[in-house]
Amino acid sequence: MQAMIRFGLGRRGTEPLPTDASAWLRTQLLDPDPALAEPVSSTLAGLDAHRLDREMKPMDGQISHVQALWKADSAIATRLLAETDRPFRERLGWFWANHFTVSLKRGEIRPLALPYVQEAIRPHVTGKFADMLRAVMRHPAMLWYLDNQESAGPDSPAGIRAHRGLNENLARESLELHTIGATAGYTQADVTEYAKVLTGWSVDMGSASPGFAFLPERHQPGPKTIMGMSFPEGQAGGEAVLTWLGNHPATFHRIAEKLARHFLADQPAPADVKRIADVLHQTHGDLRAATLAMLEIPAAWQSLTKLRAPGDYVVAAVRALDLPEAQRPDMLGLMNHFGQPFMSAPLPNGWPDTAADWADGEMLLRRADWAMGLAGKHPAIDPMLLAQASLGDLLGDGTRHAIQRAATRQDAVALALAAPEFQRR
Amino acid sequence: MAHGANLLTRRATLLGLAAAATMGGTTLALADAPGERRFVVVILRGALDGMSAVVPYGDPDLMGLRGGLVPKRPGQEGGLLDLGGFFGLHPAMPNLHAMYAAGDLLPIHAVSNGTGTRSHFVAQDRLELGSLKDGGITSGWLNRAAGLLGRPAQDGQRPGSETALAVGSSLPLLLRGPAPVGTWMPPGGGKIDPSFYVELAALHASDPTTGPAIAVALRERGFSAEALAGMAPLPNQGAFSSLCAAGGRLLAAPTGPRLAALEVGGWDTHAHQANRLPPVLKTLDDGLAGLKDGLGEQWKQTVVLVVTEFGRTVRVNGTQGTDHGTASVAFVLGGRVAGGRVGGTWPGLKQAHLFENRDLTPTADLRGVAKGLLAQQFGLDSAALNAVFPDSATIAPMRGLLRA
Repeated sequence: MQAMIRFGLGRRGTEPLPTDASAWLRTQLLDPDPALAEPVSSTLAGLDAHRLDREMKPMDGQISHVQALWKADSAIATRLLAETDRPFRERLGWFWANHFTVSLKRGEIRPLALPYVQEAIRPHVTGKFADMLRAVMRHPAMLWYLDNQESAGPDSPAGIRAHRGLNENLARESLELHTIGATAGYTQADVTEYAKVLTGWSVDMGSASPGFAFLPERHQPGPKTIMGMSFPEGQAGGEAVLTWLGNHPATFHRIAEKLARHFLADQPAPADVKRIADVLHQTHGDLRAATLAMLEIPAAWQSLTKLRAPGDYVVAAVRALDLPEAQRPDMLGLMNHFGQPFMSAPLPNGWPDTAADWADGEMLLRRADWAMGLAGKHPAIDPMLLAQASLGDLLGDGTRHAIQRAATRQDAVALALAAPEFQRR
Repeated sequence: MAHGANLLTRRATLLGLAAAATMGGTTLALADAPGERRFVVVILRGALDGMSAVVPYGDPDLMGLRGGLVPKRPGQEGGLLDLGGFFGLHPAMPNLHAMYAAGDLLPIHAVSNGTGTRSHFVAQDRLELGSLKDGGITSGWLNRAAGLLGRPAQDGQRPGSETALAVGSSLPLLLRGPAPVGTWMPPGGGKIDPSFYVELAALHASDPTTGPAIAVALRERGFSAEALAGMAPLPNQGAFSSLCAAGGRLLAAPTGPRLAALEVGGWDTHAHQANRLPPVLKTLDDGLAGLKDGLGEQWKQTVVLVVTEFGRTVRVNGTQGTDHGTASVAFVLGGRVAGGRVGGTWPGLKQAHLFENRDLTPTADLRGVAKGLLAQQFGLDSAALNAVFPDSATIAPMRGLLRA
């Protein structure tokens, strides 16, 4: 049960509990991600939808191509969260998608957001970190989100002709957020050099099949030096930087810490972080090996201390209730209402990951308010069965008594979903 | 009075009354049931301590058993409101006392729904199903009554034009079933009972992360620390009153519903009852007064039945409250009610008379009260009453509840 909550998405109804939790988790890392077989739109389809809406504004009352695509893709995403029997795999996918955040706060991202997760994130969750980094940096969603598609070398043909210049956004966040981190010792000059390396990494919207393109006419000529390392001119220079950053010890330490913070504890023990980082180092950034190593850490099997973020909570509650799809609450609406709108982090650093970030009382009360409303609409729910099925041994005496003593069944169902134990993962 | 299936068939045909078919071969007499009569059920969820609402101050054993919960005697400042020399109404209920004085209020003491369970959920289910047989019937008894009294849907139907109406944020089991039922909720949605948040805060109190966060947020919503500890009134208690007034107005419309249900919580007073119960009693008192006001002239044709799932222990528990018990009090009120007296049979509080040496012993079954009211208000005959309360053949309708 604890593995289902800490590493999964919460138990779905009364689905069977794994007899060997460790084996259950390992299998999910060894098997392919079933989500990859889902008919999520391709990046190409997302770019097409964006282009079609631009060419012809949808008429009043008509759903745009982007809206139609988002509706279909987000329905798949929420259904997977609610129903998947590979919840660890799913959690990892969203963990890495948050690490490499793209946000709907930038409207043009919408048609690309879920294709991005599908094509740039999911295939690499148990692969090499550097491969995920490369897929992310080539993806139109990231190139748009962090403004690299227009960046041009001042001395490139396009730069000279049109007086265009650098946009450092992607280069800076790639260093600071995605890889080595702000404490790694790089300077503004390094950021500028990296931005020059990335000039030309863009999105070609003109061709029949739009997508990533390296545009030589925007590329800053000449070799570049980042933190004392020299990189050649051309697309190969960028590829080399990503290989270097994707295998950098500082990167491994940061992602090890982030994994441990997400799955183990708000303040993971340095020794536990080092253990994961060491595996990354030894395996050249093998995320499957790192994730498996995390499962070997004793803290992975100790009591749950992490607070469920709003998105975690919505998914866990929907799974616990296990209502027919037609009666399922509007998951995206609830995530928004509880303070974590789906794929809409305010900044490129993504959603925060500690209890202090999410222990907002009013937002916690909203969970309880919603639970009361839901319990009123579904009078057939047995509150004790709900609590026992969703929490198992984690159900404490306080909550058990509160459910038993609640003045109405509605109160009791709401207390089961609003209990302290149910806020943990 | 006309009897028999012929009348039902004729009326059902006249009205196109599909719901009647669901009642099988039930016979029903409606000749004495003028369409303007109304019947309202108010459910007090959480178990009202009947001995605190209608206090048997004349019982010699009362003070010894629960002195700390008993208000001052009638005539003293802040004392009980006398109900004829033996019982006194809690001082938080002056509006009900005025109805009593006008002959419109009939408290019935020591009633229970005959279940013997002390589980809120089981007892509430049985109270609303009108049956003790778990897992059999799935419709509420007021819905079955609506099926018998039904009238057809009309063009341009607006909320409240069904036979029965649930007033509040959810449809209680009492009204669920095959007969069409309207629901009405005030603009802005139904309020969640503040007692829920007391439970929530207590459940989180020892959690170092969520506990303080929830306490702070509840303070923002008007719950003081004193209120959460039971030392001061809870906020938002006024919501029920406006709900009742609006419900009364809907019922008063000539084409308004004939049956309605309301519910109000906050009765589960396990701790600090002397502080926690009076505001809830006041809420009920204000609400029933609002219902009467909303009904206007229709009050004369309306009967209101106020029930709870069970009573509470006779003795005070270790936290100045009371625990789940057995018999409690029910209220019958309205312009046709033969009130101005306390009904039922008082079992007394001698130790030997207590149920399982802890609870007030029931001397009447709530189904008998409800059957008596349905019979006298709508002219339902015994076959119809037994269709509404299927396993109640041995429970006679209580007589003399309404003025002839």
